[in-house]
Formats: sequence, structure tokens, C-alpha cells
Amino acid sequence: MNIKRFAILGAVFGALLLPATFSAASAEEEISLPKQDWSFSGPFGSYDKASAQRGFQIYKEVCSACHSMKLGYYRELAGIGLSEAQIKAVAAEQTFPTIGDDGQPAERPGTPADHFHSPFPNDKAARAANNGALPPDQTLLTNAREGGADYIYALLTGYEDAPAGVKLGDGMNYNKYFPGHQIGMAAPLSDDRVEYADGTKATLKQEAHDVATFLAYMSNPELETRKRLGLRILMFLAALTCVTYAVKRQIWSDVHH
Amino acid sequence: MVGLHKSEFKNPVINWIDTRLPLFTMMSKEYGVFPTPKNFNYFWNFGALAMVNLVIMIVTGIVLAMNYDPNTGNAFESVERIMRDVNYGWLLRYVHANGASMFFIVVYIHIFRGLYYGSYKKPRELLWMIGVVILLLMMATGFMGYVLPWGQMSYWGATVITNLFSAIPVVGDSIVTLLWGGFSVDNPTLNRFFSLHYLLPFVIVGVVFLHIVALHITGSNNPLGIEPKDKQDTLPFHPYYTIKDSVGICVYLMVFAVLVFFAPGFFGDPANWTPANPLVTPAAIVPEWYFLPFYAILRAVPDKLGGVLMMFGAIAVLFVLPWLDTSPVRSAKFRPIYRLLFWVLIVCCFVLGAVGAHHPEGIWVILGRVCTAYYFLHFLVLLPLLGKFEKTLPLPESISQAVLPAAAE
Amino acid sequence: MSATAQEHNAGHAPEHTKRDFLKLVAASGAAIGVGAIAWPLIDSLNPSSDVLALSSAEYEIGSIPAGQGITVVWRGKPVFVRHRTPDEIKTAEGVKVADLIDPATDESRVKAGHEQWLVVVGICTHLGCIPLGNKTTDARGDFGGYFCPCHGSQYDVSGRVRHGPAPLNLPVPPYAFLTDTRIKIG
Repeated sequence: MNIKRFAILGAVFGALLLPATFSAASAEEEISLPKQDWSFSGPFGSYDKASAQRGFQIYKEVCSACHSMKLGYYRELAGIGLSEAQIKAVAAEQTFPTIGDDGQPAERPGTPADHFHSPFPNDKAARAANNGALPPDQTLLTNAREGGADYIYALLTGYEDAPAGVKLGDGMNYNKYFPGHQIGMAAPLSDDRVEYADGTKATLKQEAHDVATFLAYMSNPELETRKRLGLRILMFLAALTCVTYAVKRQIWSDVHH
Repeated sequence: MVGLHKSEFKNPVINWIDTRLPLFTMMSKEYGVFPTPKNFNYFWNFGALAMVNLVIMIVTGIVLAMNYDPNTGNAFESVERIMRDVNYGWLLRYVHANGASMFFIVVYIHIFRGLYYGSYKKPRELLWMIGVVILLLMMATGFMGYVLPWGQMSYWGATVITNLFSAIPVVGDSIVTLLWGGFSVDNPTLNRFFSLHYLLPFVIVGVVFLHIVALHITGSNNPLGIEPKDKQDTLPFHPYYTIKDSVGICVYLMVFAVLVFFAPGFFGDPANWTPANPLVTPAAIVPEWYFLPFYAILRAVPDKLGGVLMMFGAIAVLFVLPWLDTSPVRSAKFRPIYRLLFWVLIVCCFVLGAVGAHHPEGIWVILGRVCTAYYFLHFLVLLPLLGKFEKTLPLPESISQAVLPAAAE
Repeated sequence: MSATAQEHNAGHAPEHTKRDFLKLVAASGAAIGVGAIAWPLIDSLNPSSDVLALSSAEYEIGSIPAGQGITVVWRGKPVFVRHRTPDEIKTAEGVKVADLIDPATDESRVKAGHEQWLVVVGICTHLGCIPLGNKTTDARGDFGGYFCPCHGSQYDVSGRVRHGPAPLNLPVPPYAFLTDTRIKIG
């Protein structure tokens, strides 16, 4: 009996430890990222809409000059609390290629159904304009980086002067959280880089936090629905497990074991 | 009239069908009254769990395939469209992706349960071997499925794994070209992987059917590893084990739900959220966790062909395991030395998994080699010898006899 | 029935009820669970957000000469936009509604103040063919509107069915005039 229990415990612990051991792998050689307090973490987490909206303002005024977000749609801004009229106005600020009534290439204003406007027509043009470096697409950025939003925050606040002895490449910048420390992107944010529409004081930390929240939303727009549904399903399953176990006990009550 | 089945069902409709096609009699025989050892512990849930998992994978997979585009130019975007636009698409995809991990967790536990209680021994050798075939099919399916989202890990995983075949002398390179349908992993590769990824699960269903037929010929093993003697030792499958499996399924679904809803990226790799780029290899290529031990064995050998052979050998030894283990006693309960070695093997497999996830340098190289050596030593040397030298504990008369005194305590 | 048997029954009756009740709860729980699982699978077959987001389209119609029409696309379906002549409008308004197969006044099928524009979904209500009649050179049938080449249904300049197997008028999609010459369908 004891051995059995021990084995079950061992199996459970093993299953829990297994991925932990393995994920340690990718963390090696990396500087540990300072952990931030995110509104969307934890089983009850949801996006801080005001923060995400400020983050969108930064994306619009700063990031989108170089970074595309081509898998996201303007209509998805509804998830951070923008009204339909606001989304229409935001989308209409950009033009998209179309074929005119005369059959010639023409331009039309964007609509909420459009993907976010890309700053460059293709990757080659993006490289040419950015000293050979390709600014990564931002739609899935927090998913695509180890550390997620923490990494975005760390990177944006991690610019500093290169330590003595480090020779920076041409046009490169020193960032203590970027793998290899030499990053093509110059520090994009600083105190008062934007003037927030809601009057929040635009410190570098505030800006980094807001834009990371916005990017986290763009990566996982389903997060709030997912967690809400998950809680309900878990409660249901917990109840079902108890009932099923009670039935099992009753059915087995006449068996000697 | 020769062929008609004499049905015992009272309901006239069921009786009519059953007379002509005795499905109900078969179900009742195999899943109703089927005599099952009364002493299963919860480790005997995992066969049923694997079955449930297979069904979940097939159902979600069919719906996902309706929205997926197996073209290198569109695959990544089509997956992201599933995530953002298709109703509940995110749920279907996360269930399918994490379902693969759940499937391997369940099946690995199922396999180690078989190892611990000697479920592979006579007369269940073929049952066990069919199981190993299922494992191989699952690995092929899992590998090809991971390629479909066409992220960086998909692409480079496909490149590295298909390149294994280039280790074959003389014809290796031609085989790799054949697998790719070109000179690198590209659109033809993605197309055929999608086709096979859709086909193989149904092959698995077929082999699982054989697995169950074989199981119902020999009957189940049990924690004591002795055959049931009479009615006292067994219980009808229904309701005793249908309800016990149901408890297991509920718990399994809870674990699954935690993963899907609260940590959908737990087993994933961030690199796969970047579209495949044939010109840039990610900093660390790591296969999915369920391949890590095999990957570690591959890298433990400093020779390309040798490494590949060892890796496939690691599964090949499982095929012949029923003849490598010479002990007449099944359950590790009565084999003190084997029990110890079993836990050493488990530790080795975990360590190999960790080794597979790390860059092959420093301590990891040594650990990888030691554990690889033990893995093969365990199956090829220790098990054959153990049967001759191990002093086993006395077996109980029958399942009931072993069970009753324990209950009296 | 002997006294002992009765006692036996009495002692076990509540036990059995409790057991059956638990079983019932477990079984219905499982049934609800399976039903709930089916919904996401089924709903995933419904139009996705990107399809729904494209459910409206805007068109410039100022350049269509009177007596002619154009075909535009809305939700993947052809929509006829026809510039009606004053004569056609008069004929359409003069029809006795009670005699129609699918009675409807002309006023109910156009927007007030924009009577010269007819906007209808160009799919025959019989079996889904696309009727002719947008171009002046097309066969327009005996009622001057549309003629379906598949089974000979005929529609008038209000898109109302006047003859043939089609049971209903051509449906009017939801639309609005943004300006006098620009419409938004959907």
C-alpha cells in the first residue's frame, strides 16, 4: 500500500518536474529578466484596458514607424476598450492599395477589417531602411520571446552605455537584456516620449509597461475568454470528479480489496 | 440460417440487429461482463485515457484541418487565423497542441506501468509489440504535426530529424532528398507531412484495435502479475472498471484543462511563434519534450551513424524485451532487484530528457553518455542476467488470497 | 413476505435511492460535459470573425446610366444595382399588388427619395441561378426586369417575381445611401 502511494506520488512529481527541468535549458546563458507585475497574469488576470490603450498610443506613435503588426486587425482594438467609431477613425488614418474603378492601382482608406498597416512594403525594404536589421513583426512578439511581456519591458528599459572593453558594431546599441547585448534598434522610449491622452505621466517605465501590456494583448487576444471559460470548466470538472468518485466508492463497496 | 447469431437481448430492435450483426453481444462480452482482475490500481486507467486522448486528437484535428492551409506561404497565417478568427479556434488548437503532450504523458505512464508489472511477458508478447508499433506511429504523427504550423521550430525540427536519414551509408542523401521532395524542407515536404499527419492517426486507430483484440485474448495483467484462477479473482468490466476509468478520465481532463486554459504555452517553444525562416536557425533547437530522451541518446554517441542507430535501437530493444527479460516472475512487487533497477531506469530517462534539452557541453555530455549506457545495459545485459540470479519473493496463491488478508488489517 | 425480508428491504431502501441518485447526477454530468464539448466544434464551422468583419461593402454608383445596372459583390453574392428610368418606375408603381405571386409594393423595395435605384440580391429564388437583365442587351423577360435562363422565371423592374417557378421576389439586402451616389451594402 505504501509503495503504491509512493509510486503515485513519484509519478505526479516527476510529471511536474519534467518540463521544469527542460525549460531550464533555454534559460541558460541568458540574463534573468526582472519580473513585473502584470494585470493579465494569474488565473483571474485580465488586461488593464487603460494601460493597453496607452500602449497602443505608443505603438501608433513610436513602434509602428518601423515594426509591422500584420497578423492583427484594427477591429481587435475593441478588446482593449476602443469604441467602434474610434477604431474606424484609427483605421482610416492609413491607406491601403486597391484597384480603382478605372482599373488602375489606387489607394483606399483602411477599415476595421484590415490588418494593421505595415510601415514597409516588404522585408527587404524594412532592412534597407534599418541598417540591415529587420524589425520583427509585433503581432506575436510576447509569445515569440522567452519571458514574454517581462522581456519586452526589460528590453525597452535595458539600454545603457556599453561597458568598457565592449566594442559596439556600426550603428549598434548596447542593451543588457538583448541576447548578445548588441541591438540594432536605438532606445525607442524615454521619459515623455509621448504625451498620454489620459494625462498619465509618461515615464520610461510607464511607457514600457503600457506597450508591453498592449503587445501581450495583441499576442493573446483570447486570454480573457480563455481564462473565464477555463475557470468554469474546472469547477464543473471538479464537481463531476467528486460525484464520479462517490459513485465509484459505492459500486466498489461490496468488493474486498 | 447457418450464420445467424442467437441473440439473448430482450429488446426486439436490439435483438433484430444483434441476430444479424452481433455487435451488442460483442460489446457486452468485451466491455460488459468481460472478466477483469479485481486488483487493478489506478495505473490501469492509462489505457482508457490514451483511448480518450486519441479520440480528442482526431476530432479536434479534423476540425482544424478544415481551416488549415498546408502551403509554406500561408501555413503560419492560417494557423494564426484559427487562433484569432475561427470561432473557438484558439480552444481547438490549444487542445490539439497540448493534447499531443498529454497523449505522450499518458502513453509513457502506460508503458512504464507495463515495464513495472511485467505486462510484456508470456503470453502478452505480441500485445506488447503492437503497443511499441503504436508508440512509433505516435512519434511519427507527433513529429509531422509539429511541422504543420510552420514556425521556426517546425522548420528546423523537420530539417534536423529528416537529416538523420542522411547517416545511412551510400543511399542516405538520396533518401533525404526523397523525403523532402526537393533539396531542402519546403512546400512539397509540408504537403506530404500534412497528408501523412491526417492519415497516421487512423492507422493508429487500426493498430489500437489489434492491441485491444490481443488484450482480450490474453486478458489483462494485474499488479500481482499472476493469472486469475477463478471467478473470485475477477470482476465484470462493467460497472466496476467503467466507473473506475471514469474517475481517472475526470482527473485527467482536469489536468488537461489546467494546461489548455491557464498554461497553453507550457510545453511549447517561443521560437515557434516566429514564422519559418530557411536562412536563420534559432539559437537553440530543441525537439518537443517527448523526444528529448531519444534526442539525448542520439547526441551521446560522437558518430553520426552510430548516434542514429543507437536512437532507433532504444526503441528496437523494446520490441525484443519479452525475450530479454528471462525472469518467470512478472510483477516487480516480487522482484526486489528488478524493482530497484526499474527506478534507476526511470531516473535515467528523466536525466536523458534533461540532457536532450541542454547544449551538449560539460556535465551534460557525461550524464548523457552514462544514462545512455545504463539504458542499454538495463535491457541488454541486466534483464537477461537477472532472470538467472535474482531471488524473487514468494508469489501468492491467488489474487483473492493476496487481497483478503490485506483488507483484514 | 417474512418479517426478516421486510426488515432487510427497509434497511436498504434509502441506501439504494442514494446510490441511484448519485449515478443519475454523474451520468447527467457526463452528458452535459459531452454536450458542452460539442458546441465549440460545431460553432467553429460558423462564419469566422474575419468573414463577419467583411460583411459590409461600399460602392460608387453615380456612373451607371439610366436603364442599366451593375453587379457588385456582397458576402460573395452578386447584388444587382439598377438605375431605373422614369418610365420603369411608373410601371413598377402601377402594378396591382394583389395580383402578384409574392405581393409587395414598389415603395417597400426601394429607398424613399432614391426611387431610381433598385438594389436586390441577384440570385433567383427558385434554385439559385443568376438572372439576366442588368445590361440593356440582356434578355429581360416580358416584364422588363430580369429573366432567369435556368428555368424561365421572370422578374419586373422592382425585382418582383411575375412568372415562372420562382416562389419569391428577389430579396433586398440591407443597404443605405451614404451620399446620393454612394451606397453601403450590409
